Amino acid sequence: MALDGSLERLRREGHIVVVGASLAGLRAAETLREEGFTGTLTLIGDEPYEPYDRPPLSKQVLLGRVPVDHTALPRRLAIDARWRLGVAATGLDMAAKRVALADGTSVEYDRLLIATGVRSRPWPNELEAGLDGVFTLRTRDDAARLVHRLRAGPRRVLVIGAGFTGSEIASVCRERELPVTVAERGPAPLVGALGGVIGEVAAELQHEHGVDLRCGVMVTGLEGDGAGRLRRAHFSDGDALEAEVAVVALGATRNTEWLAGSGLAAGPRGIACDAGCRAFDIRGIVADDVFVAGDVARSPHPLFGYQFLSLEHWGNAVAQAEVAAHNMISPGERRRPHLWTPYFWSAQFGVNIKSVGVPNMADQVIVSQGSLGEHRFTAAYGYQGRVIAAVTFDQAKWLEFYQRQIEQAAPFPPPFTAVDRRPEGMRPVPAGFPDPSVPTHGPEVTVSGHSPTDQRVTFTPA
Amino acid sequence: MRVVVDLNRCQGYAQCAFLAPDVFAMHGEEALLYDARPDDTRRVDVLRAVAACPVRAIAVEGAGGKRAADRVGVPDGA
Repeated sequence: MALDGSLERLRREGHIVVVGASLAGLRAAETLREEGFTGTLTLIGDEPYEPYDRPPLSKQVLLGRVPVDHTALPRRLAIDARWRLGVAATGLDMAAKRVALADGTSVEYDRLLIATGVRSRPWPNELEAGLDGVFTLRTRDDAARLVHRLRAGPRRVLVIGAGFTGSEIASVCRERELPVTVAERGPAPLVGALGGVIGEVAAELQHEHGVDLRCGVMVTGLEGDGAGRLRRAHFSDGDALEAEVAVVALGATRNTEWLAGSGLAAGPRGIACDAGCRAFDIRGIVADDVFVAGDVARSPHPLFGYQFLSLEHWGNAVAQAEVAAHNMISPGERRRPHLWTPYFWSAQFGVNIKSVGVPNMADQVIVSQGSLGEHRFTAAYGYQGRVIAAVTFDQAKWLEFYQRQIEQAAPFPPPFTAVDRRPEGMRPVPAGFPDPSVPTHGPEVTVSGHSPTDQRVTFTPA
Repeated sequence: MRVVVDLNRCQGYAQCAFLAPDVFAMHGEEALLYDARPDDTRRVDVLRAVAACPVRAIAVEGAGGKRAADRVGVPDGA
């Protein structure tokens, strides 16, 4: 098939700029070269490091088994790129096709890929966040600082938030025999991702491994000593806890601020794009030369009611980057949709947790193999009578089967007789996801007083 | 050398942990922890682990086992 002249020229001598030099940015760059792009390729990254892998940071790196600089990603091929590392992108001019950088320079592009990802949500009180001993965990530098502190043997670690990252950090602390308290605003760990039924199992794992798990509470304040070191944390139930280290694990914020005023539909929920990874502008029209991939993207998925999904998953970053790169240098009829079925994993308290599909869309869950009590099981999730997700605890081999079930919109509860279904798993039960309209974390704001002059706004944590 | 394991694919067969135990280790029944930058002297065993993985979850630098010649950290025009 003949390419039109301009696309041919783009493939041969165009300039493609990738903003974001992590997993998605690197895999996109490699795919561009694999598919015959011979023009100029520029990778821009705000961190000073070449692309590295983040999942090990909260596992083998924090455990001290692998040094933090052993996480650089392997290259599938030489990408012959110009690297601008340690320089954040600060602005986008879509009309001039130009990206502004923090050092005052700018880079022009013919096609742009935005893969700026997310950053960890900081502790909302800046003074408290600045106390010595308060950490977040997202980057190599975060991991290096935290592992150094854990090695020193703090008397107690407080983990704020029991999502996957917080739970993995608590698991590492227990393996290092450090006393650890986990504070979670929801009713159980992992409840937002896996629901209340499986969240109960996650809570049992934490209890059995000696975690002081406190659910249904918020940390309302972090208190320092005279030297600015963290000393104590205060909880919404009135309790206080002595801790030398606090790790804030309250999820992530999308890196889209640099796109303010650009005309792209970018905001706190990410950058909306079509299934072909083309970014939407604020009018709802897709741009032809701006593409999005990875954690920062939000794209519609046919299997899940065409909902725009933001997937902060390793596998999504790889798959979406490959589709975006292909589409950037392909004519319309050869472009592909990003139809990846969501997958993720977590290792904590000696258990391998894996998921396929979108569990938190489910209304019901059924234990189809194994047993919750043994912490070894497969749970299938249903939404309006079809299988929509599955989660395994130490039963990863079943997931591929459920991937097919999801892709074929198989009926829920599954009609087959599972090999070892136990009495507790015979019937589907409500999956127990919190109401999505009620935030599971973040500050609470209340307004009191009646007349405009008396009105007071109270922000908790203060 | 550099290694990355696609842990979405990994199903805990533990063949890698058997062939290169200082690089790949099981953590519990099914979870895998690994060193993503093993020493070059471990290359032969790591490549054996790559070949032995039943779900082909392990990738090493350069598709054919070649080192990428790419330079990193070079700004525009350098």
